[in-house]
Amino acid sequence: MASIYSLFIISKSGGLIFYKDYGSSGRMDTNDSLRLASLWHSMHAISQQLSPTTGCTGIELLQADTFDLHCFQSLTGTKFFVVCEPGAQHMESLLKVIYELYTDYVLKNPFYEMEMPIRCELFDLNLSQAIQKDRVALLGR
Amino acid sequence: MAPLPPRSGDAVFANIERVNAELFSLTYGAIVRQLLTDLEEVDEVNKQLDQMGYNIGVRLIDEFLAKSNVSRCADFKETADVIAKVGFKMFLGVTASVTNWDADGMSCSLILEDNPLVDFVELPDTCQGLYYCNILSGVIRGALEMLCTSY
Repeated sequence: MASIYSLFIISKSGGLIFYKDYGSSGRMDTNDSLRLASLWHSMHAISQQLSPTTGCTGIELLQADTFDLHCFQSLTGTKFFVVCEPGAQHMESLLKVIYELYTDYVLKNPFYEMEMPIRCELFDLNLSQAIQKDRVALLGR
Repeated sequence: MAPLPPRSGDAVFANIERVNAELFSLTYGAIVRQLLTDLEEVDEVNKQLDQMGYNIGVRLIDEFLAKSNVSRCADFKETADVIAKVGFKMFLGVTASVTNWDADGMSCSLILEDNPLVDFVELPDTCQGLYYCNILSGVIRGALEMLCTSY
């Protein structure tokens, strides 16, 4: 049973640079995913302004009836977020792993242009392996 | 989940993949030599090295943040310390010392005691004014520039 429904990576300027969906439900086409990414980017920014606590760095977790949304923003402004089933565990560590894969297989690729959509085979490959490992670990518990 | 504690430069350096130091020094030397041949002007070479460093820095910063788990620095003094102790250790295997603070705390010097880039290098008289390690300034500039525009 897939725990993750989809993964988004948003660049610093708010454009969607990577989208992958894993679930059988909630699949969306390119335009919808772009729209959702811009929406999330804006909401994330607004939430920092609205937050009653000082030093807030934005939304980290959004919980709804049918899904959870975990978001990680690096200090450079790149956002990684996963839409997963409610109550999914260890999504933050998965996001950190994905961040490391991004720094290794995307940023170190000299032919990858910054803030452009990610088209790196090695990244896709290692990402699938990481998600698979996470899935196996989940089932093993 | 509680945030992970920042790792020391040594811990990260131990876990990261490393390259032969001599290969690194020789490759860098070859780059500088080629730039001098192509551009001829020492100032042009300095500028080009800085630009190359900048391009490296904008990509390096995310790897630095991902692997070392440092949190946002409170002030410039802390930033300089983190660059000297964690950053340089992680990527070059040597730590720098931070000295020469001015009265405002706006500028300082990072001194590298044994810099792997300059192993075996002797600058001839024809290269007066060449900043051989200018790529490092570019790297720091690129890396820090990516941080200040985020929230």
